[in-house]
Amino acid sequence: MKEIVVIAEHRRGEIRDITWEMLSKGRQLAESAGADLSVALLGKGVNHLAEALKPKAKRVFLIEDERLEFYNSEAYERALTQLITERKPFLTLIGHTATGMDFAPSLATHLKLPLATDCVGIDLEGETFSLTRQLYGGKVNATVSFVKQGPYMMTVRPGAFPVLEKDPLAGEIVSLSSPLTDEDLAKRFLEYVEAAAGEVDITQADILVAVGRGIKEAENIPMVKELAEALGGVLACSRPVVDKKWLPKGCQVGTSGKTVKPKVYIAIGISGAFQHVAGMKGAATVIAINKDPKAPIFSVAQYGIVADLFKIVPVLKEKIKELRR
Amino acid sequence: MNIIVCIKRVPETTDADVFIDKSGKDIDKSGLVFDLNEWDSYAIEEAILLKEKLGGTVTVISMGGEDSNESLRKCLAMGADDAIRLTDPAFQGSDGFATAKVLAEAIRKIPYDLILTGTQAEDDGYGQVGVVLAELLGILHAALVNHIEVQDKKVKAHRELEGGLEEVVEIDLPAVLTIQTGINEPRYVSIMGIRKVAKKEIKTFRASDLNLKADEVGLSGSDTRLEKVFLPPVGEGAEILEGKPEELALKVFDILKDKGGLS
Repeated sequence: MKEIVVIAEHRRGEIRDITWEMLSKGRQLAESAGADLSVALLGKGVNHLAEALKPKAKRVFLIEDERLEFYNSEAYERALTQLITERKPFLTLIGHTATGMDFAPSLATHLKLPLATDCVGIDLEGETFSLTRQLYGGKVNATVSFVKQGPYMMTVRPGAFPVLEKDPLAGEIVSLSSPLTDEDLAKRFLEYVEAAAGEVDITQADILVAVGRGIKEAENIPMVKELAEALGGVLACSRPVVDKKWLPKGCQVGTSGKTVKPKVYIAIGISGAFQHVAGMKGAATVIAINKDPKAPIFSVAQYGIVADLFKIVPVLKEKIKELRR
Repeated sequence: MNIIVCIKRVPETTDADVFIDKSGKDIDKSGLVFDLNEWDSYAIEEAILLKEKLGGTVTVISMGGEDSNESLRKCLAMGADDAIRLTDPAFQGSDGFATAKVLAEAIRKIPYDLILTGTQAEDDGYGQVGVVLAELLGILHAALVNHIEVQDKKVKAHRELEGGLEEVVEIDLPAVLTIQTGINEPRYVSIMGIRKVAKKEIKTFRASDLNLKADEVGLSGSDTRLEKVFLPPVGEGAEILEGKPEELALKVFDILKDKGGLS
């Protein structure tokens, strides 16, 4: 029987959303290919997570080892090499996340499996995969195929596939012995570090005014901050502003920053890269100000203003101050 | 501490209007400005900061045509010691995996303690080259690194995870680290700085110099093939507000009153 294996991602005792997304897509692919869907879970003391995965797959391969307590690419590579060599799944799905990006490319190379990264679309016709990836920061999509014969490996973009409700599968937990030996690992997990908390908690604000790359210079940030203050809102930003050290990490909305759900989110000079959108798509109302009418942020926003932010933001600030007086 | 940095020259598309070219397999790059890949600018800066602190050399490598010299020279002007360009018609069509193979063969010729790459490239966004490279060289790696401390024969690296969390790992050297944006503040390079390195030799290696056969690289040596590109489907989209700035301000105020509880 052909098999698709999803590599479960979990951290600090919780299964991460990407796992459910991959299991949902994996189930659809397995059904169309007449294949079994299995999931592999690596960790220590994670039996409760294995139980949670049971309804979503035919088998839950469980590898427990104290060296797998915290994610480690070296330990993952050894454990998964054994699993994939034994099971020979025709497709292995891994998240295109901070974890998956760290082990999928080396694992695929080690196993000599063709790898397609950051897939946002996966179609299967007969034995042939047709994949969708994004290029140039999401400005264009590409249809991609494999040059070589399978079995295949793919990394899947978080949020690209919805989690569909389906009848539960009678999953069976299959415990496998860990191939890790006493030999020292050359890579060692030390600790987690939390980003320093900001002065203001942007996750609690009703109105967020977020500024992006379009602000051009650090000197222009106060203009947006004043608008936020005039609205009684809080200033936030996208990644480039933090990378340039113009605002602290605690202000950042997106995958590697905070996830926010304000009543109103005003995006100023933010193009709307998927990493940013992932952090703000829960906002009830989104107003976007951007000079590029093709900016992806306008697909997320309910209201858009196509204009130069430097012309619109100062007027907006003055007018709102006046109206609120 | 001898450090190798792998870099790429890419078109700047963030603020550009992008069109599909006649082949249907790429964008029309004729009107675009090219620069060093953003992630790579942080990688080269980090290498130079380490060199300034610990001594040693920085060698910068790029796979690409003669145009890539521009980005290699920028890295030399920033403080890299040597530059190498890997170029051959056979490299055309290489995906992330094939690119890593070419880089690995060149790197085998050079002594190194640490290899830095950008986490991903702005154009094809594979996010895999550095990690594949490590495996091909038989050394360890850490991806998405946003802080580095070198300690004797090992390195302590912070990896950027989701939600503001970081993971601290310790790795024995030599190793590959893929660098995330924001790790440092890449230094500015003046035109004078570029001029100073204009005459500096950039070594080139071809497939035969690297003992690579034509079918090991390019499209035939790749895992994936790009069939076509297309503009992403546009969602329902925003209601576009029109008018003079004052009128727009009124409209925004009304929306905020209605949806945001603004009084």
